[in-house]
Amino acid sequence: MKETWSKLRKQPLFMPILMLILVLLINLFKDPGFFSIAVKNGVLYGRLIDVLNRGSEIAILAVGQTLVIAVSAGTDISVGSVMALAASGGCMVLAGYGNTSVTGIVAPIAVGVIVGLLFGLGSGCINGLMVSKLKIQPMVATLIFFTAARAIGLLLCNNQIIYIRYEPYKYLGNFLPHVPIPTPILVTILIIIIAQLVLKRTSLEMYIQSVGINNRASRICGINSDMICFICYAICGLCAGAAGMIASSRIYSADSNNIGLNYEMYSILAVALGGNSLAGGKFNMAGSIVGAYTIQAIMTTLLALGVSTDQSPVFMAILVILIVVIQSPVFKKWMEERRVRRAEAGKEAA
Amino acid sequence: MANNRQTAVRSKKRVSGNNLLLLITIVLFIVMYAAGCIVYSAKGFTHFQTFLNILITNAGLICVACGMTCVMLTGGIDISVGSLIAMDCMILADGMTNKHWGAIQLVIFVMIVGVVWGSAQGFLVAYMNIQPFIVTMAGMFFGRGMTAVINTEQVSITQDVNKLFYGWANAKIKLPEFLGYMGKKHRIAPFIRPSVILALLVVVLIFFILRYTKFGRVLYAVGGNETSAAMMGLNVRKTKLCAYILSSVLCSFGGILYCLNTMTGSVQQAKGFEMDAIAAAVIGGTLLTGGVGNVIGTLFGVLITGTINSLVMTNGKLLSSWANIMTAALLCIFILLQAIFAYIKKRRES
Repeated sequence: MKETWSKLRKQPLFMPILMLILVLLINLFKDPGFFSIAVKNGVLYGRLIDVLNRGSEIAILAVGQTLVIAVSAGTDISVGSVMALAASGGCMVLAGYGNTSVTGIVAPIAVGVIVGLLFGLGSGCINGLMVSKLKIQPMVATLIFFTAARAIGLLLCNNQIIYIRYEPYKYLGNFLPHVPIPTPILVTILIIIIAQLVLKRTSLEMYIQSVGINNRASRICGINSDMICFICYAICGLCAGAAGMIASSRIYSADSNNIGLNYEMYSILAVALGGNSLAGGKFNMAGSIVGAYTIQAIMTTLLALGVSTDQSPVFMAILVILIVVIQSPVFKKWMEERRVRRAEAGKEAA
Repeated sequence: MANNRQTAVRSKKRVSGNNLLLLITIVLFIVMYAAGCIVYSAKGFTHFQTFLNILITNAGLICVACGMTCVMLTGGIDISVGSLIAMDCMILADGMTNKHWGAIQLVIFVMIVGVVWGSAQGFLVAYMNIQPFIVTMAGMFFGRGMTAVINTEQVSITQDVNKLFYGWANAKIKLPEFLGYMGKKHRIAPFIRPSVILALLVVVLIFFILRYTKFGRVLYAVGGNETSAAMMGLNVRKTKLCAYILSSVLCSFGGILYCLNTMTGSVQQAKGFEMDAIAAAVIGGTLLTGGVGNVIGTLFGVLITGTINSLVMTNGKLLSSWANIMTAALLCIFILLQAIFAYIKKRRES
């Protein structure tokens, strides 16, 4: 029994899943109705589905953020703003420049979505160039888009909120006709599968970890480390674009000021919660995704407990600090010393 | 760069490169202001009062950017300043309006909050070895959330609420009349607020601390090379802790000046302020890698961002988001310049 327990504890996914279960347990005591899933109007309905649905954006961002953190030991803090930029770009193309509220669209939806994704990819590429070629600290390089992307989004929308009251545009963020599962969940599953295929079927995952662990050694081994770093930032930008389009479709509008607000923090938090070191190197994608849903579960729980959305960042901040402190080498060393001291004391007593 | 006095001969190249950045900043400010004077002379941009208004609006930012410079000198970053300012303003506004506390007690309380805030962040960064960005990002969320916990509504400080604070905010210091412009009948003397004088005093104080005190010299040494600073017997951790405390205290002071200018407290206040402060410091020639920087440059950085805002406002037709984009573009250019200088220096050394 003890052996299985210690084996289980060594699993990389142990801590993330434990945290998710803990959060869900709070709900079990507070309100068992949290777990009920019903079918209403032909679609699935319930708080759990809500967590999976609302957590989609964070999960998608976490996929990109994991790679960025692994490869460069830095974070891409522009993802939230880039989400807003992608949403604004996509909606601008669909509605036509200068229109604020349209019932029909001027371009096919696919074009709008692709434009949104391209905006994300473009921002990611610029970030990647600055980090990989110009050797600027990742946080500082992405700081530029952190400020500029929302402002550019506002320019694209002529400083207004574009509403696209066109039924098919809502499919991406809500429900496809005759499909009971919310579309964002399906999109997230698709993106995760693609990411896994790309990482596992090619040597990209190994290269990323190698560059993250030691950039110079990898270069000497013949890996184009600048290129790997660039690719990771580009993927992160693309993920931000996809998340932005989903967020925009959810509210069938492009609100550049509010889409993706604080999401950079959530994505970083998801990676940290997933048991990944923020110092780069080895990564565990599944952990990040579990982390993303944990965050959404926490937010839904807080909302269910009656904490306002403005106040919930306090809990998030405390959580982040707890996680990074527990992860920090200083704390680990201190715990280790304590354990050794205890063992010695135990021996003496015996 | 006075600590290079002993090694002035050897580090001449580096000093000239850094002075060049400062020079570019000052020239840029003069060119930008002159261009503004020529283009918008009809709209009163040439008046001396316009320049003073830039100082009045940015008095808080000047203090915050000085603190940010100190932190950046150690190679760290503090992105919690915007939230801390929002929290300070809310404490002041809510304390006066709803709790009827005195202005002086509240100002002292806010300064104490600054010390505690800085100590907590500094401890986590210096003694727990956690990345400054993550710590201060948690601080950013915590501050914004706490602001909402204190009060979710917008609170204004009016004359009835606190006469003393209102008096501070509206005190005018008249300058000699010949500096003013012709009104309808007689020359209108330009004026400044006491907050400007306080902010400029802070700049002078920090300038002297950085240049002539032991603490200031150690800050440069720690930022230049942490390992060699530690080998020289300097207390790296304590210095870092002090830098964060200094930053938060200056930020709290800046928050009071900011509140004197806006006279409100709200959750959405001072969003993106950290970005302005970082941009000002970077444009002023502070290296993000630490060890190089000067508050005089930072002062000019603030003036440049202030001038951009003022230009966009004077134009009247441009969207306000243009100011953000311009600042981000300038930030981008200066980061690139820094990267180029670093590259040249590296090539010369090898």
